[in-house]
Amino acid sequence: MTGIRNTVHAWLLVLPACVLLATFTHIPIVTTFIQSLYSTAKPRRPARFVGLENYEAMLADPIFWKSLWNNLIYAGVSVPISVALAIVMALFVNGKLRGRGFLRLAYFTPTVLPMIAVANIWLFFYNPQYGLVDQFLKPFGISGVNWLGSQDTALWCLIVVAIWKEAGFFMIFYLAALQQISPDLREAASIEGAGRWTFFWRVTFPLLMPTTLFVLVNAVINAFRLVDHIFVMTAGGPDNATSVLLFQIYIVGFKFFDQAYAATLTIVLLALLALLAIGQFLLADKRVHYQ
Amino acid sequence: MSALGRGRGAALAGEALETAAAWLLGVLWLLPLLFAIWTAFHPSAYVAHFSPFAPLTLQNFVAAWNAAPFARYFLNTTMLVTGVLAAQFVLCTLAAFAFARFEFRGRDTLFMLILVQLMVAPDILLLENYLTIKAIGLVDTVPAIALPYLASAFGIFLLRQTFKAIPKDFEEAARVEGCSTLGVLWRVYIPLGKPVYLAYGLVLVSFHWNNFVWPLIITNSVETRPLTVGLSIFASPDQGIDWAIICAATLMTSGPLLVAFLLFQRQFVQSFLRTGIR
Repeated sequence: MTGIRNTVHAWLLVLPACVLLATFTHIPIVTTFIQSLYSTAKPRRPARFVGLENYEAMLADPIFWKSLWNNLIYAGVSVPISVALAIVMALFVNGKLRGRGFLRLAYFTPTVLPMIAVANIWLFFYNPQYGLVDQFLKPFGISGVNWLGSQDTALWCLIVVAIWKEAGFFMIFYLAALQQISPDLREAASIEGAGRWTFFWRVTFPLLMPTTLFVLVNAVINAFRLVDHIFVMTAGGPDNATSVLLFQIYIVGFKFFDQAYAATLTIVLLALLALLAIGQFLLADKRVHYQ
Repeated sequence: MSALGRGRGAALAGEALETAAAWLLGVLWLLPLLFAIWTAFHPSAYVAHFSPFAPLTLQNFVAAWNAAPFARYFLNTTMLVTGVLAAQFVLCTLAAFAFARFEFRGRDTLFMLILVQLMVAPDILLLENYLTIKAIGLVDTVPAIALPYLASAFGIFLLRQTFKAIPKDFEEAARVEGCSTLGVLWRVYIPLGKPVYLAYGLVLVSFHWNNFVWPLIITNSVETRPLTVGLSIFASPDQGIDWAIICAATLMTSGPLLVAFLLFQRQFVQSFLRTGIR
């Protein structure tokens, strides 16, 4: 099988997937960029080229800065905690603990539940009068806090939900990686007299590095994508305290019908993801020297 | 007590502590689900009043089922998930096969381009995708919910890895027997990839069963809305909140997925481990 015929066959095989991917990913990226340089078309005023005006407006928009900042806190707090918990969970269920089958299930369950459904339950947890959080904290003298209705606490409540939802999913990847680690290492370390703590930091953790990199990248992507619970729990409020970029794109694009500005915000989100991709590439490159 | 004995004692205490911590975390993680189950099976008077003597009831499920067209939402979600599953299996298999076993010009560039979708999922390009769907006249249809997700970089990547790991001898043997290119794919690669298809299928089903934002944007009628969007409308604050009924509806919508997960739990975790998605 040679030459042109081979190439034609291969292209026929990849063509359907490529057309769909181009239509719904690659072309939209380009058109979003073009859109961000034009004004929003109105019934009597067609879109016209405005250069960087949308970007200038964005930089002057406090809600944009608020959403960006919220998103960075949301990612910056939920990612490290859920990844650390994932490692702990994986170590737990990889050992010889009693009931580890059940625990594995318990940790993983949030992953299969729809975010929109669990958001309802969490909404009730945070209820200021009879929510579970309130009932739990009452003995400590904390009661009647409007967790989701206060600017100081709302974002943190959402972060807790995100951690709860994500940790079990990442655990699976760590579990897979832990099972690849040879038991001989463990034995060698115990002969050397290394305790469990030392063993974890000196042997296990470095060996998990590739997994950690993979999980981190996915966790950060998810931190920009996972907005379902915001719709149910706070709708971005109070006073944009829980608005993040993707949620703001939805509001601007589908509630305010300002396509140009929504496109501009999308470009910021895409730029952040591109930075992440570059970061991953550089880090992955560095890691190669270890091997 | 010898030093060895003391060491063993400390180790035992450590183990007990670890087990306790693991269980505490496990209970904490199950708490929302347990709570929803408790609330859904008891009368609304017992919401947040935990009493072992509270009477059990199925009334909340009946009330939820009658309050919104859940049967139709179930149908919509099932159609959506089946469609995406079938399309992704076919499209990603074909593409992955080409990337794994063909030498052709532009292959590596094309593959890199496809991987862009790993970073930029269609959910982020809400607006442009909405305009595309509008341009082809499919707004508020079930296919419109599925379209942006029919081809997946994750699927192509995963299956390509799987196919690459299969020894070429298998393929050559099949060719000697007279198999065509597609015959080899059908007879050799797909059967050997079965565990990966299972894991990939489960991930895919749970993702699309749970997907919310894009369906919310692209649908606006009972005939097309999937469960997640239906549930969000049903449970929105202006409907007057009865937590028992909302919990029943919540369990109902996640029920099938949860049952499937419990049934396939072992395969699910195992195939994840085996495929080495990392």
